[in-house]
Amino acid sequence: MGSFQSLPDDHQYRTLSQKTGFSLEQIAILHNRFKQLSQNEETLRRDDLKTIQDLESNPIRSQIIEAFFDSRNFQKEGVGSVEEIGFEEFLTVMSYFRAPPQHITEEQREEMRRAKLRFLFNMHDTDNDGTITLEEYRHVVEELLSRSGALGRETAKGIADAAMLEVASISVGPMAPDEFYEGITFEHFLKILNGVEIETRMHIRFLNMDATVLCK
Amino acid sequence: MELKMFILVLGLLVGSLMPLGGAASSPDTGTGHGGSHGNKDPGYAKNGNGTTYSKKPFPVLSFDYEHVRLPFEISLWVLLASLMKLGFHLIPRVSSIVPESCLLIVVGLLVGGLIKLVGEDPPVLESKIFFFYLLPPIILDAGYFMPIRQFTENLGTILMFAVVGTLWNSFFVGGLLYGVCQLEGHKLAYVDLLSCLLFGSIISAVDPVAVLAVFEEIHINELLHILVFGESLLNDAVTVVLYHLFEEYSSVGLITVTDVFLGIVCFLVVSLGGIVVGAIYGILAAFTSRFTSHTRVIEPLFVFVYSYMAYLSAEVFHLSGIMALIACGAVMRPYVEANISHKSHTTIKYFLKMWSSVSDTLIFIFLGVSTVAGPHQWNWTFVVATLIFCLVARVLGVVGLTFVINKFRIVKLTSKDQFIIAYGGLRGAIAFSLVYLLNPEHFPMRNMFLTAIITVIFFTVFVQGMTIRPLVDLLAVKKKQETKRSINEEIHTQFLDHLLTGIEDICGHYGHHHWKDKLNRFNKKYVKKCLIAGERSKEPQLIAFYHKMEMKQAIELVESGGGSKLPSALPSTVSMQNIQPKKPSQDRALPQLSKAREEEIRKILRTNLQRTRQRLRSYNRHTLIADPYEDGWNEMLIKRKKMKELEKKISQMNNYLTVPAPPPDSPTIARARLASDPQAWGLKSVTESIPTIKVDLASPQSPESVNVVDEFSKKGSQPKEEEGGLTMKVPSPAKQRKDKTPDEEPQQRLMRCLSDPGPAAEEEDEDEPFLP
Repeated sequence: MGSFQSLPDDHQYRTLSQKTGFSLEQIAILHNRFKQLSQNEETLRRDDLKTIQDLESNPIRSQIIEAFFDSRNFQKEGVGSVEEIGFEEFLTVMSYFRAPPQHITEEQREEMRRAKLRFLFNMHDTDNDGTITLEEYRHVVEELLSRSGALGRETAKGIADAAMLEVASISVGPMAPDEFYEGITFEHFLKILNGVEIETRMHIRFLNMDATVLCK
Repeated sequence: MELKMFILVLGLLVGSLMPLGGAASSPDTGTGHGGSHGNKDPGYAKNGNGTTYSKKPFPVLSFDYEHVRLPFEISLWVLLASLMKLGFHLIPRVSSIVPESCLLIVVGLLVGGLIKLVGEDPPVLESKIFFFYLLPPIILDAGYFMPIRQFTENLGTILMFAVVGTLWNSFFVGGLLYGVCQLEGHKLAYVDLLSCLLFGSIISAVDPVAVLAVFEEIHINELLHILVFGESLLNDAVTVVLYHLFEEYSSVGLITVTDVFLGIVCFLVVSLGGIVVGAIYGILAAFTSRFTSHTRVIEPLFVFVYSYMAYLSAEVFHLSGIMALIACGAVMRPYVEANISHKSHTTIKYFLKMWSSVSDTLIFIFLGVSTVAGPHQWNWTFVVATLIFCLVARVLGVVGLTFVINKFRIVKLTSKDQFIIAYGGLRGAIAFSLVYLLNPEHFPMRNMFLTAIITVIFFTVFVQGMTIRPLVDLLAVKKKQETKRSINEEIHTQFLDHLLTGIEDICGHYGHHHWKDKLNRFNKKYVKKCLIAGERSKEPQLIAFYHKMEMKQAIELVESGGGSKLPSALPSTVSMQNIQPKKPSQDRALPQLSKAREEEIRKILRTNLQRTRQRLRSYNRHTLIADPYEDGWNEMLIKRKKMKELEKKISQMNNYLTVPAPPPDSPTIARARLASDPQAWGLKSVTESIPTIKVDLASPQSPESVNVVDEFSKKGSQPKEEEGGLTMKVPSPAKQRKDKTPDEEPQQRLMRCLSDPGPAAEEEDEDEPFLP
């Protein structure tokens, strides 16, 4: 970092700012962080993220890291996961956690909501088939309870089953005994999380981030 | 018809109350008003100057009222208050227009008027009684059931309103009133600045009792509710400090900068000190509850006594008692609830609601009575000015603060929200009591203050209280959502929390998710181990939620039973095989119960009467209806076991009854069908082998009573397609897995229920007195 990079970065930042909606300062701060994590290289790898100490105690750590490398989240029509990402992709993933701007229309709000929920959906739908199957959902719950030992693992299945039943009944309604509910599609996912105000809850306060208090 | 009877009883009661009430003023007051005229002594003769005593026949019946006067009067007042409350709900139209608090004040006015007519002095709301006996239950009720998550999310906003808003109000009102007094000249010139400021500080505090009373009825959305309510609780510290400050120095007549500085320090001490005291008692209570597994009956007592002690201890040091109480309730709740039995939980809930309800009623009635009684000094200018300034100050304060606050909030407060917040700033009995405490010698204008305060209270409670409901409807303010928390939402909320914490860590930003997560981990690692007994300390939140939900559904299922549509988000007709990937064997595996467990279950079933009462749905202090979840861990678990038993029996039978499911009936049809012919169900043979459920089908008492058998029979006839709750729980492999899990978890829970003896260990009857 340094002044010699400022000119090309400015232009780059501007395009990024337009694409993701961050302000220039926010982009600069995040860029610093990116460089810190990637040890000043151009791209970031999974191992770089795994070095963050605070992430160790997070039960869904691997899923979060995966989300950064999932090309579905890059808003570029890609599929599959990649080995390394550049700053643009990093920023794009971060942009899912922006707060809704103060004056937006209902449509924009809805769009933002869908984008965020799509991000969440992609985190669960690991095999990329557009539905969250029972197995995948069980995996989600098991991960959440992974810190609770034996007790967690056994009830995890019960919880996942109950949750699945709920989704099925809300989305599809009464089903005959031989019908089979494939999995949670994105539309069903939207429906069940209707009560949660995603657009306001899923955000990080980027405003008062200070580069000097970056943790290791 | 009911109404007439009721009014008759009421008339008699009030009639008897008058002479007795008049005979002595409010309990505890030191001033002896009037003499008691209750002492009629037919037995003894009173000799004026006699030394001899003529022998009279042994008094078979004597009248000695003085003996029991105090408790008698207290009970009579409480009875009156409760009957009033009862009465209002018998008159449906009035109670939907006028909030209860208004009606109660009117009743108080009437009673006070009657007492005065008789010539006695009506009792006044003594401050000591108010602060020590009437206020704590209401605050504890509020604090114990406070939604912590919303409260902490909006803490900044609430604090801004509570501290800055109250300060602004006090100084604005006080200052302007002083100006008015000076301008007015002749009658008001003796009111000095400090007294005005004192008055301003007393009257500017939003009152939690009034707010609760009105807001509970309008079911406004949670955000607004927590904002106004949180403000009314937290402004107590400000009020306490300002009150003491101005009261101390108004005799001196001068306040220096040092005093102001000390005042600020005092404020911090008062509020933080109150919270610390409350938290200490809360932790003590949580710790105590860890050891109560053998003495379940006194568990609620600990909760109440520790909380009350927290309040009193804070009052000893002149710290904010209200904040201590809130802190105590909020701190102890998660741990206590993990430790105590289900019945204790219900007890605590009901007792708190009952006490706070009675307190609240009494407060309003006494407010009315005191209005009639209290020494008044009406001064048009002062009173009108006070009223106007209060309203203006409130509006300006809210608008100004919101402007600042919205810069920091994600979910901005709209102008509708601002209006409701401003409009919801009701004043109440706390202000009244504080004025009443003023010493008339130091404050010659006390009576005028009293009159002004009462006017403002009446105005806010009547005008604002009555009009807020139509206004809320008119402005289409968002109401409280009645939806229950679904397991999916819970999973995703937890998931989001972890996700956001992770993202914050990746960003390198120590945001509040990071700290919240740290706090949670600290809590889990150290605190829970100390304060929660046994296995429960390791139970993660998601699992606890899941168990609670299972319980709820099992109970609801039994309650509403039969083919009727279940109210909650229960998957109604989807069963496990709809979502399970196709398995080769479709036969249901049996829950493998060990011999010992089976025996135990049989014993429980044999010794327990299964009488389902009318369970009620939602919960709210005014309607006192409870959600079904809370009653009878015991019964619910037993029912579950019974379902399992039945399941076992059925699958052991070779003939699979494939009676097609009748279309889901409306409850009335189901009831009618069963009530007319209880033997219609072909599965009688099955039910015979199980210890019978003594359900009186013919009794019309509760529709639910028929549904127990209904559900069981139906269960047998349609094993596959069922209310999802049943199939979800019983035949699913999940259930079977649950049984195979280390026995200790369900075992322990069974133990918890079984170790809760109640008055008669064999019966379920102890719940009867709680619910009619």
